Order: sequence, then structure tokens, then C-alpha cells
Amino acid sequence: MNLTDEEKAMHDGAMGPVQQWAIDHQIKVGRFFDAIDMVPVSQAHMMADPESFGDAGVAFMEDMVTAGAAVTIPMITDPRGVDLNHYRPLGQTETMADLERRFIAACEAMGIMMTNTCVNYQTIMPPVLGDHVAYGDTGVVIYSNSVCGARSNFEGGPSALAAGLTGRTPRYGLHLDENRQATKRFKVTVQPADLTDWGVLGAVIGRMAGSYWEVPVIEGISHAPTSDQLKHFGAAMASYGSTPLFHLVGITPEAPNLAAVGGDHLSATEIGDADIASLRSQFGRKGDKVDVVVFAAPQLSIVEMEQVARLMDGQRMAVPVIVCTSPQTFGDAKRMGFVSRIESSGGTVLEGTCFYNQYAREIGEANGWVRLLSNSAKIVNILGGYGYQPALASMADCVAAAAAGEIV
Amino acid sequence: MQILKCHIGVGPAVTGEALVADDNFSARYDLDRIKGVFSRPQHKLAGQSYRDKILVLNTAKGGVATAWMLYEMQSRGITPKAILFNNANTILVQGAAMADMAMCDRFIDGDVTTLIKT
Repeated sequence: MNLTDEEKAMHDGAMGPVQQWAIDHQIKVGRFFDAIDMVPVSQAHMMADPESFGDAGVAFMEDMVTAGAAVTIPMITDPRGVDLNHYRPLGQTETMADLERRFIAACEAMGIMMTNTCVNYQTIMPPVLGDHVAYGDTGVVIYSNSVCGARSNFEGGPSALAAGLTGRTPRYGLHLDENRQATKRFKVTVQPADLTDWGVLGAVIGRMAGSYWEVPVIEGISHAPTSDQLKHFGAAMASYGSTPLFHLVGITPEAPNLAAVGGDHLSATEIGDADIASLRSQFGRKGDKVDVVVFAAPQLSIVEMEQVARLMDGQRMAVPVIVCTSPQTFGDAKRMGFVSRIESSGGTVLEGTCFYNQYAREIGEANGWVRLLSNSAKIVNILGGYGYQPALASMADCVAAAAAGEIV
Repeated sequence: MQILKCHIGVGPAVTGEALVADDNFSARYDLDRIKGVFSRPQHKLAGQSYRDKILVLNTAKGGVATAWMLYEMQSRGITPKAILFNNANTILVQGAAMADMAMCDRFIDGDVTTLIKT
């Protein structure tokens, strides 16, 4: 790789062991992906939940602090694995909470802002067209690339940290124009309506795209979706396909028309009712019992919080309902009374976490939760590997099922 | 002995037994990392131990958690020795670089999941 004098000094250790580790990590990754050089980034966003990093990750972070680590650009965090205000009732242990506390302390010592959100593009500082960033969380990356026109690869926790420390990232993948052109063309013949429909469509396209290196371009969407709809669409696509970028013709900024992303040279695959029904059929049916209902993945916006509160008003839930939102939205939702309305119907609102990265296996076992219902196409994809039998329904049907104890 | 060539990878040279499937990989979605087995029922390696194996798979899928998870798995010694892909994604490579685990992809002779047998 072509390194600047400053980057060479980092690599030689002249700027200390922290910068040396960070740039060395970035060079290893950059060589793998044929990066020619590094590109400055304006923000870093780190995924780090205790189930993922464990004792080893905390020890690594604490060693970095001891060595003098400090971030050089604005750096924020993805949802935590433990809501420190509400973990014992979920069956989470002090050991889990202590890991979380130690990790938070290490992050704060480095100057990382504990935003604890996977919807920073709705709540913190959305990136802009052409903005190079180093974001973790696949849902954040796909939304930022596709809807905002920013440029980020999936940056796992260690790589996002390295970017926060050096202020740059290897220039490969989606930082390059040529990798943002469409490689697969889809023509949609159904119009998604609610958030779950958008998630299912994203899941179908992600599964068909099938690789990090494919860029779907999608025609046939007749109206501009909302941010929440695109949030579910992208998060599901990234979950099923490891896909980091899509283009919606006439809607997303890099695809004012098909030709702008090279889609006119591709043959189109139609996606219709049968494809949607096929995916949905894998996740539950009417009459199935429900142990827990979860609204998460991605964290709920203030608009979704209001919708859930309104649907639950005046009802008593027969099974637990878990709602995960960002700390930013939580504050507003509390002030506006949405949190108390959800709680008075028997729901629980968690702040700064997301259900699937909260030791999902352990809290499932602790509470006897197996049959999990959600409106998130992303979360039902993930939780099969955690011992759950996940089912999918719209937000309204999820609330109705929670009140009835079975899918209605 | 047959030699297969691929793109430059990360991590040390290793020797071991291959565990091969025409399927994809995510540490979060597919593994019981405490027991060291594939736990996702739909995965073609469901129920099989990956400990000290050289996994040979098609591509990576899903989220970013695997980057931390490979490091955490390596610290407990319950980990594959290496992972070979047709196409890795950024997360798996970042995780392997962090964990100092051998990983490579883009084999010039074709589909690595058919070139190597379990």
C-alpha cells in the first residue's frame, strides 16, 4: 500500500503502540482487498456487545487505554448488550453487566461517545453524499451507503476502532466508484406496504444477491418510502445477503435512473408475490403459540415508538413484549409518554440495546422463550441460530398476538 | 499433493483437517461458540464441531459481530484453525486479522468448496 509519511511513522511505532496496532491492522486488511492507500474518514461507529467481545475483548480495550489510546475523529457506538437499568429481570447476570461496565469505561477513556444506537442516521449525525465513514452495524452501513450516499464498508468492532484511532481506513470496497455500480437488477411487481413488507422484500433481495460484493439495483417501487421503511428494507437485505449497498431507481441519490449505476446493461429478475410468500412461510403461521414478542433490529424510531404505544393502548399483554430503542429516542419517548403507555400495557422498553445482541440465547433460556414473534425480518433471520423458533408478523399483528398469546 | 493458489490472505501458515460445505458463514448466526459446533439447524454443517478444523465455505453472511467473535473464540482456543472462502467479506477478514487466524479466498482453480473434500 502507498502510505503517507504520517502513516509510515504510525507503522514504525514512532507515534506509539496504539497507533502502530491500528495502522498495522488496517494494512493487513487493506492488502487482503488490494487497497492502494488509506482514505480519511469523518466518523467511526463501533459495534461492540459483550457477547461478541467477551473477556478477551474487554482486556484488549483496557490494554489500549493503558497504552494511551485516544480517538482522533468523532466516534460513536452501536447498541449495548446490557441495559444497565434493566438486566436482572431479563435473566442477565452481574458478570454480563460487569463486562459491559468495563467496556464502557474503556471506551469513555478513549473519548468514544456512547451513543449506543444502530439508527445514528436517524438520530445522531447522518453522513452526506460522498462522505467517507467507517461504520459498524450492517444496517447502519447499508442505509448510509444507499440512502445517504455515504461511503463505508462493513467495519467490524476492531476495524472501526482502528479507524477511530487513525482517522482513516483502507480505500477498498465501497470507498471506490467502481464497486458502487449495480451488479444485479431486480424488478419488483409488488408494492410493500408496512415495515414488515419492506423487511421481507429486503430479505428476498438480499438472499438473491447473496454476497457482500453484489450491488442490487431495484426498479418498480412506485413511491418514495419513509426512513423507517428503508431502515427495515436495508437491515433485512444486509442480514440475509451480507449486502452493504442497494440502489432504488429514482429514489436513492446515486440512481436517478437505471443507467447512472450501470443497471441498463443487466438483465432483470422479477420479484413477485410468490417470492414474498415463500420467505414469509418459513416464519410461523396463525394459531402458533407465542412466548415473547420483540420490537427491535433496528432500534425503533420515535415514530415507531408512538405506533407501538398506540397499538397497545387499553390492552393487557398476555406474553412479554420487549421494545428496544436508542437512548436518544428513549428520552423523547419517555417525555412524550410513549414509554409509560407501553409499560402500562405490560410491555418493557429497553434503552440503548438491541435484543439479538443481548445474550439472546441466555435470556431465552432464563425466561423459557422459544417461540419469538417480531415484525423485524432481520431478527427472525438471526435468532434461529440462538435456539429460538422465530415468527414474523406486522407490528399490529404482533401486538394482537401478544394480547392473545398466539399468532392471530 | 495438490497445490491450490489464491489471493493473498491474512494469518499464519497452518496444517489441519478440512471441513467443507457449499454454505455460507457467520459466527453469530451459525455457531454455538461455547460448545464449538454449528448450531443453526439450516446450516449444512449443523451439529458438527469446527474446533481445530480448516473450514472451507462459500462466502460470509450477516453482520459485523464475527469480527470480535473470532478474537474471543481464539482466546478460549475453541476456534477453526483457518477459514477458506470463495469470497470473504470485510468482517471475516477484519476478524481474522485481529485474531491472527489464517484466512484466504479467491482460488484461481475455481470453487474451493468442490476443490477440497472434508
